[in-house]
Formats: sequence, C-alpha cells, structure tokens
Amino acid sequence: MTILALDWFLLIEKLILIAVIIFASLGVALYTTFAERKVAAILQDRPGPNRAGPFGLLQPLADGLKLITKEEIIPTHANKWLFILGPGLAMTAALMTCAVVPWGGTIDVMGHKVDLQIADINIGILYVFAVVSMGVYGVMIGGWASNNKFSLMAALRGASQAISYELAMGLSLIALLMITGSLSLRTIVEQQVGHVWNIVYQPVGFLIFFICALAECNRTPFDLPEAENELNFGYHQEYSSMKLGFYLFSEYINMFISSTIMATMFFGGYDLPFVTSHLTNPGTAAIVGIVVLMTKVVMFIFLFMWIRWTIPRFRYDQLMDLGWKKMIPLALANMLVTGFFILLKQNNWHF
Amino acid sequence: MQALTNRAKQVERAPMTFIEQLYLWNIVKGMAITFMHMFKKQPTIRYPEQKREFSPVFRGLHVLNRDEEGKERCTACGLCAVACPAEAITMEAAERLEGEENLYREEKYAAKYEINMLRCIFCGLCEEACPKDAIYLSETFTPADFNRKNFIYKKTDLLIPNPTTDAQGFAAAKGLN
Amino acid sequence: MAITHIIFWFLTALALVSALMVLLSKNPVYSVLWLVAVFFAISGHYILLNAQFLAIVNMIVYAGAIMVLFLFVIMLMNLDKETEPQKDIWMKIAGAVSGGCLLMMFIALVKQATEMTGKTALLKTGSIGLIENLGKALFSDYVVPFEISSVLFLSAMVGAVVIGKK
Repeated sequence: MTILALDWFLLIEKLILIAVIIFASLGVALYTTFAERKVAAILQDRPGPNRAGPFGLLQPLADGLKLITKEEIIPTHANKWLFILGPGLAMTAALMTCAVVPWGGTIDVMGHKVDLQIADINIGILYVFAVVSMGVYGVMIGGWASNNKFSLMAALRGASQAISYELAMGLSLIALLMITGSLSLRTIVEQQVGHVWNIVYQPVGFLIFFICALAECNRTPFDLPEAENELNFGYHQEYSSMKLGFYLFSEYINMFISSTIMATMFFGGYDLPFVTSHLTNPGTAAIVGIVVLMTKVVMFIFLFMWIRWTIPRFRYDQLMDLGWKKMIPLALANMLVTGFFILLKQNNWHF
Repeated sequence: MQALTNRAKQVERAPMTFIEQLYLWNIVKGMAITFMHMFKKQPTIRYPEQKREFSPVFRGLHVLNRDEEGKERCTACGLCAVACPAEAITMEAAERLEGEENLYREEKYAAKYEINMLRCIFCGLCEEACPKDAIYLSETFTPADFNRKNFIYKKTDLLIPNPTTDAQGFAAAKGLN
Repeated sequence: MAITHIIFWFLTALALVSALMVLLSKNPVYSVLWLVAVFFAISGHYILLNAQFLAIVNMIVYAGAIMVLFLFVIMLMNLDKETEPQKDIWMKIAGAVSGGCLLMMFIALVKQATEMTGKTALLKTGSIGLIENLGKALFSDYVVPFEISSVLFLSAMVGAVVIGKK
C-alpha cells in the first residue's frame, strides 16, 4: 500500500500543531469575550464581570456553558440545512485562517526540525484573503436561511461591506508586498527579524489595513450588520444556543486572527527587536517568539476594543463613501508612491 | 428672545477643515478621553459585600412599635388608614380582654393589621398621622417575592420583637447595635 | 493508489456532482451554493497541479466575490419555483447549442494537451502556476492581451458607474 508511504512524523506533527492552534484560538476567543466585557467596563468606570471565580476569570466558561445548554431553535419557515450550515461555515472560515501564520521560529523535536506553522505556502497572505472571503458565506447563508427580513438585510449589509473593504485591504497590502517581494508570511517575518519592521516603510498601508480589518471583522465603528437599533440583532437574530455561539465566537476568532496577521505583516511577527536575532538556542527563541507574538496580538485586540468603546457606528452611506471614495484611492496612491520609491532605490537614488 | 444663561452655543455650520475631514485626529482625541477613564475611580458599590448608606430620611418597610414593657402601642384608631393616599392599610379592631394587659397598652387593639406593600408608596403619612407612635417606617427594603399574596404584610410580619422576651431582636430592629 | 490519486478522484467527483446539482436544484440559492462547491473542487485541482496562485485567486475572485454578488441578487429578488420566469423553447435550444459548442471546444483543448494525458497531479514538478512564473508570463509574453483585457475591465467599470449614476 502506497498510502502508508507518508511521512508519518510530519503528519503527526502537523496534526498536533493543528489541534493546539485550534484549541488555542478557541481559548483566546473565549477569553476575548471576557476581555471585551472587562475592557468595556474599565473604560466606562465599572468593575465588569467579577463574580465567577477570582476577578471573574471563570465568566467565559459560564457563558459558554449557558450557550450550550440553551434550547436549539430552528424557526419553522427557516431553511433547515442552510440554517445549520451558516454558523458552521462562519466558524470553519474563522479557524482556517490560522493555518498560515508563523507562530514562532523552528524548534528541534527528536532530531526533526519543526516549524511552528501549519503550512508555509508561498502565497500565505492570499490564502488568508481567500478564507476571509469565504467567511462572508456564513453570514449570508445564515441571514437568508433565517427567513427574517432583518436578518436578510443584515446579511446583505455584511456581505457588501466585506466585499467593499476587501478591495482596499488588498490594495494596501500590494504596496507592502512590493517591498517584501514575497507572499509567504514566514518570509515576510524573517525579513523583519533584525531589521526595521514593515510599519516604518508602510505607515499609510498599515492604517488602511487596520481600518479594513475593523470592517472585515464587523467591529465598531463598522458593525452595521449587527446594528441593534436598526436591525434588532443582525444576521444571527433567529439563532440560539451554540449556533449563536458559533457566530459570536467566529467574530472573536476573526479579531484574533486579523490581529495576528497585522502583527505578522507590519510589526515583525515573533520578532523582538535587538533580541531575537541574537538568540542562538532555537528552543528559547521559539518560546520568546510565541510570547512576543502573543503580546503584540493582545495589544491589537485591546486596540480593537478600545476603538469599539470609543467611536460610534457609521451610517451606511458614510461606510460606503469611506470604503470606496477614501480608502481605495488612498491605497492606490500609497501603491504608486511605494512603487516610485522602489524604482528610485533600484536606480541608486538617482532620477 | 434673550437668553436666560450665556451657556448657549451657536451652531456652527462652517465646512469641516481638512484635519476634521480626516476624522483621525478627532478619533485620537476621543480615544484619549476613553483611555483616561481607565484610571478613574469606579463609583460602583459591590453590593453584597459593600452596602450603600441610607439617607437619614429614608423611609422603608413599616414597623408596628411596642412600648418598653412590650405592649403593642396600636389602638386601631384607623387614622393611618385614613391618611394613606394609596389605601394600602386595612385593620380590624378588637377589645382587650381580661388578662391581656401585658399584650396591649390600651383597651382597644388591632386584631388584624395589614399593609399591602404593592400599593404602599412609602410616603410616611401613616407615621405622621399616628397619635400613639405605633407605626414607623424602618430603614429596610421590602424584599422581592414570587407571589403577590406575600406582599400583603400581616401584623406578625410588621410587629417589632418583644423587648421583654427577645431583647436582642428588639434592639436589632431599633437599629441600636 | 497514491494519496494524490485519491484526492484527484474525490475532487473530480465533487466537481461533477456539484455541477450537476447546480443544474438540478430547484432553488436558485442552492444552485449558487453548489456552484461555489464546484469552484472549490476546481481550486483543489489547481493545487494538485501546483498552481497555488490560480487556486487562491479562483477562490477569492469567483467563490469569494462574484458568487457573493450572485447570491446577493438572488436573495434580494427572492426567486423561487413559482416566481421563476418560464423561458420559451427556442431560448432553451439556443442555450443547449451554445453550451454544447463550449463543451466541444473544451474537449478539443483537453485532447490537444498531450503532456497532461494520464496525469492526475504535478504536485512537486509543475511550476507554471506559481506566482513568479505567472507574473513573468503575463508581463512579457502576453503583455498585449493582458493590457487589452485590463482596458476591457476599465471600460466595464466605467459603464457600471455610468449606469449606477442614472
């Protein structure tokens, strides 16, 4: 049997890595919900959840338990299969993105070199885009299958918003990719280790990317698909129990992943300036790398929340104006300027 | 029309300047404001552990008072029921029998005394109307309940503990310790 | 059978079944979703041929953007069996003929591609679908058709804006 002619070590290594990363993302998402409530509370001079466990640390577990034990309701006129498919798609798409993120350098396990990354494909960032654009289906299918006008409107809003901001996001990244010359996230990080981070070259690109990431994650000020006062609850209005939980979790996982991508693309990933390039022991370097990356991610997540509890929601036409008339031209201009400087540098700074 | 105060601000309809159009500067200002709130003192009172002080004029749950010897002060005159704007108080009078002198101070007493706590507005007019200092509003809340019937407080619910038999309870109800 | 064979046959079956379901579904929303499944299967084939860039772009552009817009329109129009406009017989015949022509062209193309016969996957060998080679091919050998098609896109975009302004 040639099926068995696989590199079994590779298979097991990747399976363990996938399991660890998925469970870690779920755990992070769980505690991001807690962090969201806590950050909101602290910004509003409140203590926030503090009853379940010390400092309320068991609150997310209690929330999860509550969601699981609630009654599963499928509305009578809902499209049953799609109604179930929607949250599953949203969750799958959210979890799939973490496959290409380099979580740390390379470590040695039993004489094998193990990359702390599930798949180092040479088009890593495009893969992220593809999976993110799949996430729209979860929203659209869920919203349509609920057979509810509010849900449908919210789903359409979500989809059009995601498509609009994906364009500006891609354009802002093209400027960065012109500098790095590679689409592989690991290569992009390795270029930044020991050198300056990409944010120095691409501040405008980062700003556009960050704003678009807010829009892609449906975070305030772009949370129009969940505009409670206009659409009751948004595309997951008819959902209950863990199906609702999947939608809510996928939102937080998306936030986690987009923070990771931003940290990787613009802020050096697992690189700690002046330290990482001097670490010789790969094990130490990997641990330092993971801690550094997680610190950056936590700071981005805090920024997301800070923005959410500061800025009010956009109106729909303002959202589209910002996306199409401001972000895309700005991204294009950024691309042109970057190209100009790259050509200038190739010409040894002579016109 | 002349303005009463000089706090009114003229509405500005000037077109936004370039910096305002960028939004970013104002967003940064807003975020600085929310960030400063992280270091503010939280006014929250963590309820079961900490309790909020009542104001000295707080009017809470009713108490039917006794005198120093533990006799009920109420004579069922009905003035509190008349004074009550919400008509929450009902009572039935009875005559004191031989041998009950240690229970009731006067010859007439309230055999039944009920206050409907769902009607009561805690105005304290009953307290003011009472000529015998028999009814007082204490410094406690009416506790929540699942049943409407339980909100009609009977005399046994309202009476203060007897100082001769349950001195401790009496002192606690008076708020002496 | 190597693992690439199994994946190849699985993807092929998935693509064909999904394509049939696109045609056979009564509900247009289902049709669109099956079409998305077809695109996924085709992307899988691209990956087997080591054309990762094509696979991902297929997913971003077709499955991620165009199909979302299709779904958009269908959901807003709320089409179903009762409200679907019945096309007359001539339209159906014309559709069948043009579809058949396209099919014959595809078969001819596949028969001409002799270097691909008998192969299911080029996982480590092929390199034409990689982004560097694709970029070089597009901007050196095929630069004129590439630019012409971008002008076509630009004119389509201008047209869309003009229609949208009305």
